[in-house]
Amino acid sequence: MSRQIINEDYSRYDFKDPETFVFRSQKGLTRSTVEEISRMKNEPEWMRNFRLKAYDYFMNRPMPGWGGDLSNIDFDNIYYYAKPTDKMGRDWNEVPENIKRTFEKLGIPEAERKFLGGVGAQYESEVVYHSLRKDLESKGVIFLDTDSAVKQYPDIVKRYFGTVIPPNDNKFAALNSAVWSGGSFVYVPPGVEVEVPLQAYFRINSKNVGQFERTLIIADENSKVHYIEGCTAPIYSSESLHSAVVEIIAKRGAKVRYTTIQNWSKDVYNLVTKRAFAYENATVEWVDGNLGSRLTMKYPSIYLLGRGAKGEVLSIAFAGKDQHQDAGAKIIHLAPYTTSRITSKSVSKDGGRTTYRGLLHVQKGAKGVKSTVRCDALILDEISRTDTYPYNEINEETANITHEATVGKISEEAVFYLMSRGLTESEALNMIVMGFIEPFTKELPMEYAVELNRLIQLEMAGSVG
Amino acid sequence: MRGMADTLEIIDLHAGIEGKEILKGVSLTVRTGEIHAVMGPNGSGKSTLAYTLMGHPKYKFISGDIRINGESIVGLPPNQRALKGLFLGFQYPLEIPGVSLANFLRISYNSLRKDEPMLVRDFRKLLEDKFELVGMERSFATRYLNEGFSGGEKKKAEVVQLAVLRPKFAILDETDSGLDIDALKLVSDGINSVHGPDRGIVLITHYQRILRYVTPDFVHVMVDGRVALSGGAELAQKLEEKGYGWIKGVEEGGGELRQPSMPDAPEQNH
Repeated sequence: MSRQIINEDYSRYDFKDPETFVFRSQKGLTRSTVEEISRMKNEPEWMRNFRLKAYDYFMNRPMPGWGGDLSNIDFDNIYYYAKPTDKMGRDWNEVPENIKRTFEKLGIPEAERKFLGGVGAQYESEVVYHSLRKDLESKGVIFLDTDSAVKQYPDIVKRYFGTVIPPNDNKFAALNSAVWSGGSFVYVPPGVEVEVPLQAYFRINSKNVGQFERTLIIADENSKVHYIEGCTAPIYSSESLHSAVVEIIAKRGAKVRYTTIQNWSKDVYNLVTKRAFAYENATVEWVDGNLGSRLTMKYPSIYLLGRGAKGEVLSIAFAGKDQHQDAGAKIIHLAPYTTSRITSKSVSKDGGRTTYRGLLHVQKGAKGVKSTVRCDALILDEISRTDTYPYNEINEETANITHEATVGKISEEAVFYLMSRGLTESEALNMIVMGFIEPFTKELPMEYAVELNRLIQLEMAGSVG
Repeated sequence: MRGMADTLEIIDLHAGIEGKEILKGVSLTVRTGEIHAVMGPNGSGKSTLAYTLMGHPKYKFISGDIRINGESIVGLPPNQRALKGLFLGFQYPLEIPGVSLANFLRISYNSLRKDEPMLVRDFRKLLEDKFELVGMERSFATRYLNEGFSGGEKKKAEVVQLAVLRPKFAILDETDSGLDIDALKLVSDGINSVHGPDRGIVLITHYQRILRYVTPDFVHVMVDGRVALSGGAELAQKLEEKGYGWIKGVEEGGGELRQPSMPDAPEQNH
């Protein structure tokens, strides 16, 4: 019964195409899998060595002993590389018919026509479609899949790749560094403001295929860009693994916003490392929505490296039955007069579990730092759970830090109030939950806010006895 | 006499909270076009009556009946009572963060008037008119519902909701409490503006002062979970002069006023 509810909730995304590959690696991960991926991609030697070194790190590191339950991940039962097609389209008509249909069902080409400046679409391990509006291209903006960028812009990729998140940063960053494929590469030249969002959409179609995209965004001085990613997968009874690495470099005065609406099916392990460097007077904002997956462990982080840099992490997590959202933020203040804000909202229901895990670090000598942390959790029933683990390392006495955390339930009085005005019980609950996450929703482009509202409504369906 | 009027009948209503009986047989009939004031000292059951009528889940119905046009609404959830035409103006309106007053009220309006949905633009105009009526800034439309409103603003916002939703029967639970004199006048103006042949109003109040601005057709005094006395507007004046202590004396002395809650006098108002 509960399974049915989950399926219904997710039905729009739960469709499977036939599993067709032009190439798929053997199940499991060995040194030769890594070599094979690199060979298939015809990569330069430096990248092959980068991968192999990362593979050693991955093999040598223990599984994290904290966070969520990772014991069900069977690394031997995963395909680490699956190539669905031989070529990448710059026009949707060049994309194989079944894959094109997938993205049409997900509304990507339509969104692209309406309001996006560029789109990347990744299916299994490879980016199958990529486009960038001509006017942005002519301003020198680069928006490519990362594999193509390695070949077309080797100097710039080599200079930054793996510098924000070194391959040995953590076990899953090491895994990604060894087997990465796809993802986006964005470069915005100095002074260029990209006023429309660039979007990438990640879709896992086949059973047991892991997705390990690698995204690198470089915003040069005084530039501006908003990047959005969305992700879904059909439901299988066995687990899939999504383990991405996202690196952002915001140079002096640059402004980068990275928006995620993660909506994986509820059998995906979503273990992602996201980190940004913000230089003098730069601004980095992570807007991070986590709805799907069995377990998400993700703590977008910002290193404030230059005077006056700003960082903001705004996140929501929604955990239903059998889900654990272990999410949070890390802000590292390494320069004076840097400011940051963390706003985390989580909702748990039907036995779901949310965890906020955050780090706020202020280095000695980073004077005049200001930071605000706010975590609010909403628990919709007696069997759900939420935990908060805020770590503060404040080594500078001039720092001005405020921290607020609340845990709440939906009050019967509030539901009664709304029902007395004609709303049904589920409409009332829905309105209260949507209001609770409104600080997040209002930051989304309108189309995404509408979609998010719909998703939350689906998640909320069945909340009422 | 009033064949066209809708009726809200409260018949020998017993109800309580947490196992304790608070309403011990309340009977009252309200017709559209009428204003009834329900007065009484603290703890007499006024708010329990309001919550029980609207179907608050914590307030348990014990016996009796509540009928709108002869049809029982006992057991219906609050939203269905609202659909039948009932409205409760809250003594302590709830704060709903992240939900704008305008958005909430438009959803509410469209839930209650599915047959005559309103365009966003028309609704905005309607809302602005009602804000003006009670002297609220238009900017309240985009404020989160009751969040950070002062006590007076919350009460005014309840009257705005009343004026927009135009229910058949409005139960106003101490809508006058905590208001300064200017706010009291504005709130009263708001209530008077919705008063008309299509609306019955039950004004629950501790004090007589709002009745200077809103003239009731009937005044009922509750004591210990029952309507102890009913009368016309002059009864409120008498209470003002003599205080609630006087009621006890009247009751004990079998005084000059009718005791309408007796089962043999169900048509006390007419």
